[in-house]
Amino acid sequence: MKILVCITHVPDTTSKIQFTANNTKFDPTGVQFIIGPYDDYALARAVELRDQTGGTLTALNVGEAETEPTLRKALAIGADDAIRVNSFPKDSFFVAKQIAQVAKVGGYDLILMGRESIDFNGGMVHGMVGELLGMPSFSPVMKLDLEGTTVKMAREIEGGKEQLEAQLPLIAGCQEPIAEWKIPNMRGIMSARTKPLLVVEPSSQETQAEASSFQLPLAKGSVKLVDKDQVSELVRLLKNEAKVL
Amino acid sequence: MSILVYVEQAAGKIKKTSLEAVSYAFALAQKTGEGSVVAIALGTIDSQELAAVGESGAAKVLHASDERLNAGVIQAHASAVAQAFQAVGTSTLILAKSSLGDAVAARLAIKLDAGLVSNVVELPRLESGFVVKRSIYTGKAFADTTITTSKKILAIKKNAVDQKVDGAKAQVEEFAVVLAAADFASKITATERATGEVLLPEADIVVSGGRGMKGPENWGMIEDLAQTLGAATGCSKPVSDIGWRPHHEHVGQTGVKVAPTLYIAVGISGAIQHLAGVNSSKCIVVINKDPEAPFFKAADYGIVGDAFEIVPQLTAALKAAQ
Repeated sequence: MKILVCITHVPDTTSKIQFTANNTKFDPTGVQFIIGPYDDYALARAVELRDQTGGTLTALNVGEAETEPTLRKALAIGADDAIRVNSFPKDSFFVAKQIAQVAKVGGYDLILMGRESIDFNGGMVHGMVGELLGMPSFSPVMKLDLEGTTVKMAREIEGGKEQLEAQLPLIAGCQEPIAEWKIPNMRGIMSARTKPLLVVEPSSQETQAEASSFQLPLAKGSVKLVDKDQVSELVRLLKNEAKVL
Repeated sequence: MSILVYVEQAAGKIKKTSLEAVSYAFALAQKTGEGSVVAIALGTIDSQELAAVGESGAAKVLHASDERLNAGVIQAHASAVAQAFQAVGTSTLILAKSSLGDAVAARLAIKLDAGLVSNVVELPRLESGFVVKRSIYTGKAFADTTITTSKKILAIKKNAVDQKVDGAKAQVEEFAVVLAAADFASKITATERATGEVLLPEADIVVSGGRGMKGPENWGMIEDLAQTLGAATGCSKPVSDIGWRPHHEHVGQTGVKVAPTLYIAVGISGAIQHLAGVNSSKCIVVINKDPEAPFFKAADYGIVGDAFEIVPQLTAALKAAQ
């Protein structure tokens, strides 16, 4: 059983987002980068499934050298080895092409990743990789169990969930509560330093879209407080001032 | 050239966000001055419901009525929509952003060799290239994005355009699709769906409760308020983590992202991770007994006080005003 888990290197959820170079570049000043929260769920489940099946788990990131600490963290959490495709992740299509190529070479049975990255929120890469490899893709998957080559999943649908079964190989975009996030222990951190991290060059330069400039939302005005004994005043404001009722 | 819109259904009803996507396509067709809007609908839907898609701007609705398409099987949907794309001979596909929509669009981007941009919040600018504005960093910023391929797919964020309603009926045509066994690589063994409730990602008004509600037994007042407003109910992450409310109600960075006209937060402090799920709301009301709750900084209106007193009063005041 070979499992591939794809990891994004993204600003911590509490980061203040800012841009530089005349609003054409993300400003990393003071920003702490993490494994994408959805990818972290995928990784945690992948570690459990690797332990259950006695297989191998490879962590993959498409990014420049600065993402290596994030990949090392995935190794500390439990991946056996890591691959970094050495390029800025230009767009979803570019990233999907790289992942598909790595997956072709590695011949993985199960490919897990987060349902979406929390920087560009596209939620597309799992579907694109699936189509490129001719494999089924599922998202957002909140439960994933293996019974032989049968994969039993629960997928969130609007207002509920769906239980489904499919056969390996497949791709899943994961979200909570598929597993509990795992915090690396000291032994994991120590062993991560010496686990193999392979750097490969991109197999294709093709893109479909290019983010050319960035903007921040307009600042919110200050809150209008209504006295707790004047609740009907709030209803009046929502009706007549905000015009949302 | 026509613009194709993939419309989603839930229990035989076309989703409101899909009708917004049709309106978006109509506005885009007017902007470029070419062609009409054709919708593709999948699964069992009655013909009146399909004709009503015309109100939002579709001239024609292609209906692939194969009942195997009632469920959101990603590959089968992608295959059916790709066939409609070829049959219509279009170069632009519009759809509403949703978890199914994203997954289907991603496969289509590869099948059709089309540039895909999701979370689109405005009509494209066409002066130099095809430039769309999309929401990124979970609503904390926007990016102008140029699509460089000749075929294009746009997944539209809720509230990007107003839904057009003009009473026109669309012409409905049965559309025959060829689906392979491989398109149904999965078997759905059970579906649990709350019925009769307003779907959270679709809702125009959302009422959410947090840990300040003290326990699941107190949710009656949240539900009463929601029902009075015709709203969906949501909750904060801690509330769904403790199991007071089901996971599909969790609003936030790693839960459902909502974009209602009105968001009412009761007993939620306003952690950044919750705010990321609601920052596209048009108007935010916060009810919290702690005047220092960070949520007040992100709110339009606020009441500092005990939710257990204020929420029933608010429900009563809304009923009186109706």
